[in-house]
Amino acid sequence: MLYREAGQFKSSYAADQQIFPIRQDRIAVGAVLVFAFIVVPLTADQYWLSAILVPFLIFSLAAIGLNLLTGYAGQLSLGTAAFMAVGAFAAYNFLLRVPGMPVLVAFVLAGACAALVGILFGLPSLRIKGFYLAVATLAAQFFIVWALTKFGWFSNYSSSGVINAQKIEILGYRFDSPLSKYLLTLSIVAVLALAAKNMVRGTVGRSWMAVRDMDVAAEVIGFPMLRTKLSAFAVSSFYCGVAGALYAFCYLGTVEPEGFNLDLSFRILFMIILGGVGSILGSFLGAAFIVLFPIFLNSVAGPLEHAIGVKLPAGLMSNLELMIFGALIILFLIVEPHGLARLWQIGKEKLRLWPFPH
Amino acid sequence: MMRALKSALAGVAMLGFAASAQAQNEQFIPMAGYWVGPYAAGGSGIYGGFIDYLDMVNARDGGVGGVKLTYEKCETEYNNARGVECYERLKKKGPTGASVFHPLSTGITYSLIDKATADKIPIISMGYGRTDASDGRYFPYIFPLVTNYWSQNTAKIKFIGQREGGMDKLKGKKIVNIYHDSAYGKETIPVLDAQAKKYGFAVTHIAVPHPGNEQGSQWLQIRQIRPDWVILRGWGVMNPTALKAAAKVGFPRDKMIGVWWSGAEEDTIPAGDAAKGYIAAGFNVAGENYPVVQDIKKHVYAKGKGEMEDKSRIGSIYYNRGVVHGIITVEAIRKAQEKYGKKPLTPEQVRWGIENLNIDEARLKALGATGFMQALKVSCLDHEGGGAVKFQQWDGTKWKVITDWIQPDRELVRPMIEQSAAAYGKEKNIAPRDCSKES
Repeated sequence: MLYREAGQFKSSYAADQQIFPIRQDRIAVGAVLVFAFIVVPLTADQYWLSAILVPFLIFSLAAIGLNLLTGYAGQLSLGTAAFMAVGAFAAYNFLLRVPGMPVLVAFVLAGACAALVGILFGLPSLRIKGFYLAVATLAAQFFIVWALTKFGWFSNYSSSGVINAQKIEILGYRFDSPLSKYLLTLSIVAVLALAAKNMVRGTVGRSWMAVRDMDVAAEVIGFPMLRTKLSAFAVSSFYCGVAGALYAFCYLGTVEPEGFNLDLSFRILFMIILGGVGSILGSFLGAAFIVLFPIFLNSVAGPLEHAIGVKLPAGLMSNLELMIFGALIILFLIVEPHGLARLWQIGKEKLRLWPFPH
Repeated sequence: MMRALKSALAGVAMLGFAASAQAQNEQFIPMAGYWVGPYAAGGSGIYGGFIDYLDMVNARDGGVGGVKLTYEKCETEYNNARGVECYERLKKKGPTGASVFHPLSTGITYSLIDKATADKIPIISMGYGRTDASDGRYFPYIFPLVTNYWSQNTAKIKFIGQREGGMDKLKGKKIVNIYHDSAYGKETIPVLDAQAKKYGFAVTHIAVPHPGNEQGSQWLQIRQIRPDWVILRGWGVMNPTALKAAAKVGFPRDKMIGVWWSGAEEDTIPAGDAAKGYIAAGFNVAGENYPVVQDIKKHVYAKGKGEMEDKSRIGSIYYNRGVVHGIITVEAIRKAQEKYGKKPLTPEQVRWGIENLNIDEARLKALGATGFMQALKVSCLDHEGGGAVKFQQWDGTKWKVITDWIQPDRELVRPMIEQSAAAYGKEKNIAPRDCSKES
């Protein structure tokens, strides 16, 4: 009843080709943006802004990056965290070494650096596929973290290999409150997410999907393998690089290469598997699940213990958390192997028919 | 989903708030530690001792100056992002906010330096964290108390010198520093290089990638170098692996010296016989025959309470280190109460208490901790306070103390700290405090 595109006629090519062709989707996206930009800043407290929402947005961006590569172009990658590390260290070095460098330009350049590194490590994808490619990107993961640790120049010869992100200042305004950092992160993530949504419905995205579905067929109908695969690596790494820069500058403030380890790469991979491979919305849903759920479990544990009045052994609660989390992941994968985004898709189909299902 | 989550979380927060509203005469201490993951042995032991000590003070003395100590746990998994989340979650809890934060991870400490300084919440990073924070002029809220890595490292070289029969005998010796490849592991490289130059020994730094359960190639390299001594700067599973690998290549264990994060029962027992003879530095000792540990048994465990499931871990290195955490936290609150009155104190007031902490031998005796830890005097200039370590040797079943407190090489370390802190101040645009004006 509410969600039905019947009666929405497209009278121009522009209307037919817009990012969200259904009016209700446009309204929903607009409402979410209004909620995120206006309602959240008015209601959320410092804890929500700086400890929950900012990391959620940053990981969503990284998950979008990986989703473009794995979900749309079909190239499995285990080097996501390393590309984030490239972004974080590149942004730091640009701001440190280039006087008067604007922060946003540094973020873009950081993304560009990550894109270059991504292209380099994407080269093997022209020859190898699937699990073998995953192993090749694993090399990126270890090599980049090793290089950032090994060569002191990257961390400006800090004795412990840690970098301190500089203060963010744009047009004379200092972004140091949690709210301003949240708004900056949100703006960047919103723009990049819309850009990704736009990209995947255009020529670039369609060529990626053609390669994903069957690369030989894609080559036969005239998609150049080299350009398609490497552009997927470049764009994906760009997103990851910007996410890494935000991770260092808007969230932690201080990062070490070891923080961008294989563990983080796997977490981002789980985000897209759970959220939905090949879906921009799924990247957000997956990031929400992986980032927020452990925190939620951990924060109910204490009061729960208090409420039932039984003092549980110290390690038990922490281990239970991991078990519940693991069990839920398996449950989700069994119930809905296509991820949370697919649940949303099914919901939309149902809404179209409601209230008169067949 | 997020909104549902938010309302659920708000409900949880209100539940916690309702509990604290009943009794406002409380001092809140956050417990952001780790009970799972590769470093759980350290986290559970230290936080076990820490929490037990607070429970004991509550049960025996009714809190500090009549103010009850409360705490809430938060699992960080030794992960920086989770640690920051715990910090943000717990910093406003209790009637006056988090008194003092113990991150128990060098990485989390680094991530919190700016945030805690802005929030005016003191951070105690006891035996870990950022070494140059020992210069309190640039780091007013950060306290790497008791002893930092650089001091400890100079004490180690002194110990090696003692064993070799004098510091002049170090000339021409070969020392290998095998370290956990992280901010924590790399922290001592500059001071070792400086000492190598000063005493004329050769030092080779060999990195072990996290988590460190694969060290074959590193120990082959060590066998080729044939060093006189090996300094083990490991953490968690890396330590027993190193001991076993050393046994395999035939390197004598009594020429291996560990840092205090490599010198607990959890590091040696899994290595079995390979650990026998291994030496480690420590700023606290093992054993339960100290009045303070006995008090915990009497007031906490005898009543069927207590954090440790495995009672045999009471009196272990990590557990006792947790008790040291407890003693220092409680003494800092007590000191701050002398100035600000016996009521729940704000984190800023507790910070004053830490900075003016003075635990002398008489106070240690009153606490029942003589020989358990060293005397400590903190000041605005010196946020370290002690600096000495004892060396202990593993005899196959327990740690045996083999030296008295060995003092660090302050003439070497302090200028390095001041130089490094000043560089940090310059990078961050922080003007140093004038310590003569602090009261």
